[in-house]
Amino acid sequence: MKELLFNKPGEKLILLGNEAICRGALEAGVQFVSTYPGTPASEIGNIFFDLTKNKNGKGLYFEFSTNEKVAMEAGMGASFSGLKTLVAMKNFGLNVAIDSLLPFVYSGTKGPTVIIVADDPSCHSSAQSEENTRPIAYLGHIPILEPSDPQECKDFVKAGFKLSEQFKIPVIIRTTTRVAHQKMPVRLDKMVRSNKKIIGKFVKNPKQFITLPPRVLEMKKELLEKIEKIRDFSEKSPLNKIEKTSNSSKIGIITSGISYLYTKEALAEFNVSFPVLKLGFFYPLPETKIKSFIKGFKKVLVIEELEPFLENEIERLAKEANCKLEVIGKKLITEIGEMRPEFVFSAVAKLANKKYSLPKNIQVSVPKRLPQLCPGCPYWSVISAVKKAVDPDKVIFGGEIGCYMLFGNPPVNMQDYLFCMGSSMGIGHGIKKATGQKLIAFIGDSSFFHSGIPALINTVFNKSNPLVIILNNETTAMTGHQPHPASVGSETGIKIEDLVRACGVKNVKTLNPVNQEEMIKTVKNFLSKKDVSVIIAKHPCIFVAKK
Amino acid sequence: MDKNLKQFNMMVTGIGGQGLITILQIISEAALNEGYDIKTSELHGLSQRGGSVEVYIRFGKKVYSPLIPQGKADLVIGMEDQEALKGIYFANSKTTFLVNKNIVPIPLKKPLKEKEILRDLKKISKKIFLIPAKDICKEKLGTDVVSGIYLLSWAVFKKIIPLEPSSILKAIKKIIPVKHLELNVRTFHFAQEP
Repeated sequence: MKELLFNKPGEKLILLGNEAICRGALEAGVQFVSTYPGTPASEIGNIFFDLTKNKNGKGLYFEFSTNEKVAMEAGMGASFSGLKTLVAMKNFGLNVAIDSLLPFVYSGTKGPTVIIVADDPSCHSSAQSEENTRPIAYLGHIPILEPSDPQECKDFVKAGFKLSEQFKIPVIIRTTTRVAHQKMPVRLDKMVRSNKKIIGKFVKNPKQFITLPPRVLEMKKELLEKIEKIRDFSEKSPLNKIEKTSNSSKIGIITSGISYLYTKEALAEFNVSFPVLKLGFFYPLPETKIKSFIKGFKKVLVIEELEPFLENEIERLAKEANCKLEVIGKKLITEIGEMRPEFVFSAVAKLANKKYSLPKNIQVSVPKRLPQLCPGCPYWSVISAVKKAVDPDKVIFGGEIGCYMLFGNPPVNMQDYLFCMGSSMGIGHGIKKATGQKLIAFIGDSSFFHSGIPALINTVFNKSNPLVIILNNETTAMTGHQPHPASVGSETGIKIEDLVRACGVKNVKTLNPVNQEEMIKTVKNFLSKKDVSVIIAKHPCIFVAKK
Repeated sequence: MDKNLKQFNMMVTGIGGQGLITILQIISEAALNEGYDIKTSELHGLSQRGGSVEVYIRFGKKVYSPLIPQGKADLVIGMEDQEALKGIYFANSKTTFLVNKNIVPIPLKKPLKEKEILRDLKKISKKIFLIPAKDICKEKLGTDVVSGIYLLSWAVFKKIIPLEPSSILKAIKKIIPVKHLELNVRTFHFAQEP
C-alpha cells in the first residue's frame, strides 16, 4: 500500500499533487468517493481504488462510475444522505457532468462535497480542446479554489470541505497538469478514518431536492445570496494572501495557481519586490481585497494561465477603485498553451526595467517522437485486418478518445475525425445521413459504456449503416487500466454483445482480431449491410493479460 | 547537505518506459533525506506510450517552480541520444549533458547520427559525457533496464549531482520494489568502478 495512506502526522512525504488531494480528503474524513478516470486526474481514483479494494463499506466507499455524470450523481446522492463526498474528473468529464452539477449547486449539499476538476493546458494528455474550467463558476455560481502545489492541494481540499460544510454548497478544486503532476515534500496531518460501516440517511425535503419552478427561481435567489456570503468569507480567507515588502511600490502583481510559483521564481531571479496578491479563490473573488490592493498602483501585472478571466475582473474592479490603473496581462503573456517560468521572467523583467538575457538561441531540429500503440497491442491486429479488408481512401474512419486515438498517427493514418468520448458513432451517423459514404467508427469498451450507447441506438432509431468496431481490450487502458462494467474480472455479467443486440442491432459479431481471416471477412461483409453493424474485437490489453 | 547550494536543476529526457519517473523518485527522495526543498514535474497518460518524455527535478534551499526556467538546467540526462537534444532549450554554456549511447529509431524516420547529435549539443555546452550505459549494463549486469540507475549513480560518484552516494543508495532501497532491489543495488555499486 502507498505510504501516503499510512497515518504519520507531523512527517514530510514527497507527494504528487493528486496524491496530496487524496491525503487531504482522508485527513478531512471523506466517506464517499466517485470518479471516472481521465488524465491529469486519474491517480486520484487509482489511490482510492487500492485503498478500498475488498474493504468497501468500512469507513469509506469508492467507485469508478460509468461516466462523470453518473459519478457526479452518485456523489450527489451520497451528499444528500449526509456523507462527506469527493468527486474527481478531468475537465472534459465536467462537460459530461454539468447537467447534474448546475442544479446541485442550486439545491446545495447536506454532506460536505468537494469536486476535483483537472485542466490540461498545452493538452499534454488531452485531445479535443484546451479547455479552461474557470467559467463554470460564472455559469453555475460554484466556488472554485486553485492550489499552486501539492501542499496546497492537500490544504485546499480540507479548506474546500470546511467551506462546503459551512455554506452547504459543493466546491470545485481546480488543478492543472503542472499542479496535479508536481511533487514536493508535504507535511502530513492526522487522518480521520473510521472502521465502522458508513450509514447515511436521506431525509425527505422537497424544498431542497426538487428543482421545479417556481421553487427553482427562489433557489437561484438563495444561491446568489449564499455566494455573497462566501465572498465575505473569501475576503478574510488566508487562501487569498498579500505578500508585500514595501508600501511604496507603484507596480503590483496578481496571480494564482501554478503561475504564482513562476512569479516567486521571477521575483527572486531579478531581485525585485513587487507586492503580490496570490488568489486561492477564483470564485467568488475577494473584490474588496483586490480593490484595496490595486488602489495605489500605476500598473498591475496579472499573471494567469490560458484565457484572461482574472484580468477582465481586475479591469472591471479597477474602474471603481483606480481608474487610471494600467492592467497588463495577455498583452505580455500568451493565452495559448501552458504557462512557463520564462514567460513570467520576461514579463516581470519588462515591468522592473531589468535585462532578461537568455543563453544564445540554438536552433536544432529535434525529431518528433509521437506516442505509439504498445508492441503486442491487440489493436495492431484490428488495424492490419481493416487495411486488408478495405481501401482506406474509400472509407471514412471515425476516431475516439482512448489508446486508439493513436490510429491517427503515422504509419497507421486511419482517422478522419476525432472529437470527444462517445462521438465517433454520433458524428458517423450524421456523415452517413449526409453523404452515404462508407464509414467505420471505432470506439473503445470503456467509452462505449461511458457515452457510446445512446449514439448506437440513434443509428438504429434513425436508420443509418456505419460499421462500428468496438475495440474491446477489457479495461480502461489509456488512463491506467481501471475497471469498467465488462472488464476482466468484472462480476456484473454484462456482455457488450448483449447490450449491442438490445440496442436493436442485427449484424453483430464478437471475434478475436488476432484471427485475421475472420476479421477481414467480417469487415467486408458488414460494410455492405443496409443497416448498422457492430464488430466487437475482443482481446485483452497486454498489460491486463499479464496480470 | 551543501549549505552553499542555492539550487540544482536537472532534467531527464527519454522515451516512455525508460524509467524516468523512477530516476525522479530516487533523486527527490535522496534530496529530501539531505534536507533540501524539492520540486519536480512529470507527465502521465498518453505521453507515456513510447513517445518523448521529459521530467524535471529541482532541489536546493528553496524551490518554487516545478519546471526549470529556460536556460537554467545544471544537468541534462539523456536516456536516448536524439531525445537529449530536447535539453538544449533548458541548457546554458555550463550545463552538463550526460547521454546514454543509445539511438532508438523513430518509425518512418531516418535516425540522426551520433556525431550530428554531439555537434548540436556542443553548440551550447562543452561538458558532454557520452556513456555507453546501455551496452555496459547489458554486458556486465545482464540487462539494460538499469541504464538510468547506472547513469544517475555514475553522476553522483563523479559529483555531477551534488548529493551523497549514501543518500542515493538509501533512496534506491526505499523506492525500488524488493524483487528488483538486488539488481539495482548492484548497478549502483558497479557505477563506482572506474
